[in-house]
Amino acid sequence: MSSTAGAPTGGDVLKAPNVIEYPFSRTTGPVIGAFMTGMREGIIVGIKGADGRVIVPPQEYDPVTAEELTEIVEVGDAGVVTTWCWVNEPLTDQPLDRPFAWAMIRLDGADTDLVHAVDTDGDQAVMATGMRVKARWLPARPADVDTEADGGTSAGSDDSGYRVGHILDIACFEPEGVPE
Amino acid sequence: MRDVAVVSFAQTHHAREVSDINEVEMLMPLMGEALAGSGIPKDRIDFVCSASSDYLAGQPFSFVMSLDAFGPWPPISESHVDMDGAWALYEAWVKMQMGKTDVALIYAYGKSSPGDIRRVLSRQMDPYTVGPLWLDPVSMAALQARVGLEAGTFTVEQMAEVVARNRRAGATNPYAQLGGEVDPAALLAEPEFVAPLRKHDCPPITDGAAVVVIAAGDAARELSDRPAWIRGIDHRIEAHALGLRDLTRSVSTEQAAARAGVADGPVDLAELHAPFSHQELIIGDALGLADGVDVNPSGGPLCANPIMTAGLIRIGEAATRISRGGGDRAVAHATSGPCLQQNLVCVLEGE
Repeated sequence: MSSTAGAPTGGDVLKAPNVIEYPFSRTTGPVIGAFMTGMREGIIVGIKGADGRVIVPPQEYDPVTAEELTEIVEVGDAGVVTTWCWVNEPLTDQPLDRPFAWAMIRLDGADTDLVHAVDTDGDQAVMATGMRVKARWLPARPADVDTEADGGTSAGSDDSGYRVGHILDIACFEPEGVPE
Repeated sequence: MRDVAVVSFAQTHHAREVSDINEVEMLMPLMGEALAGSGIPKDRIDFVCSASSDYLAGQPFSFVMSLDAFGPWPPISESHVDMDGAWALYEAWVKMQMGKTDVALIYAYGKSSPGDIRRVLSRQMDPYTVGPLWLDPVSMAALQARVGLEAGTFTVEQMAEVVARNRRAGATNPYAQLGGEVDPAALLAEPEFVAPLRKHDCPPITDGAAVVVIAAGDAARELSDRPAWIRGIDHRIEAHALGLRDLTRSVSTEQAAARAGVADGPVDLAELHAPFSHQELIIGDALGLADGVDVNPSGGPLCANPIMTAGLIRIGEAATRISRGGGDRAVAHATSGPCLQQNLVCVLEGE
């Protein structure tokens, strides 16, 4: 047991990179698919739960009754921050590479909260529960760009800088009222 | 129901980084301690159940190799969960209820040091709407903490008290990674890490492993002078998406506690798998623990948090205290998933 205690041996340890790959394509189905299609069009949709509340992002099954849900509902792309935290040192691949807030956002017309990043130009003092934020969308893909260039199998944000049907079609949220 | 008891427990001296030995080498001394060290012949084990995560090892079916720590020859009956070891213990308990097994060994291990545990754990989220954000568990816990703070469910002073009490207890636990006297006021003077959380509100990053042996009926009485009987055990799960839950409560812990019978008698001590300080307050409320219950006499996950293992350690710590006469009735709790999504509650009693 005592052999497991103590400091690492540092430079003597053999290390090698290990890249985990998932070489499959998946279809997103009628519910998540509707959400992603909406994202590509610059529209956020939720789904009506068994108790009538609007769930965003939409779920395929009711979280309480497990009923299959089908009624897609459009909600706003702005809303109210219900809680937030402040990230001084973003981790690799997080939406922003400078200090930002994570927030749970109750979009207009929704009854549940969406989690996303909020950009305040690195100013924590701007953040407050109850503040209004709006989505900062990527631009739509121009008509002359070949949408099938990747075989139509793009499983995520394709780094084109255009909306592709992905949660990061919203680059982040920002305080409402910020000039374009 | 068959009576089942915890009869043996062993754990590593938890550390930030154990890079000089592999998982099998971490586990082998524990197997010896939990079996030979407790007078339990290895051939009495008729079921082995393990818990680990391939995401930590970076390799599919990584747990298969860890069976070498037990030695699967002649062929053994075994199973594995990609969950905390508390759920492996639950599986073994269910198998005992089926009458097929009398003595089971459960082991769990987690080495977080080879990777970035915050990024690794972000992979447990919804792969469509959350995963691509790389939202990490510290940030999620911080979102939860602010909900509770602003709702008045708890205060930052209470959170600092939780940290100070656990660290004080950790100093008495030779296996803990952290421990010592800290002044709650001094903790609050430290800068925020992922606001509103400070670093000490978060669990340490830990490499560690644990082994528990459970036995049914007369086998338990034979193998332990004072078995810690599992009088109730239950686990419940809530929705995955944070936006669908009341983050100030742990409804699944309330449900599991009711089914495990926590309120059926006085509780002497509780070992709570609440990795973040405010979560201990939420879980304590959900379990309905009275004032005066000794919470986390081991120092809890704020003093050592080996992933996939810290929940099983709670059961082992609580059982060990009962077996040594340090209490008659204990509650052990384990959690899994983002912001206390899934919770297991186990009631242990001496005879």
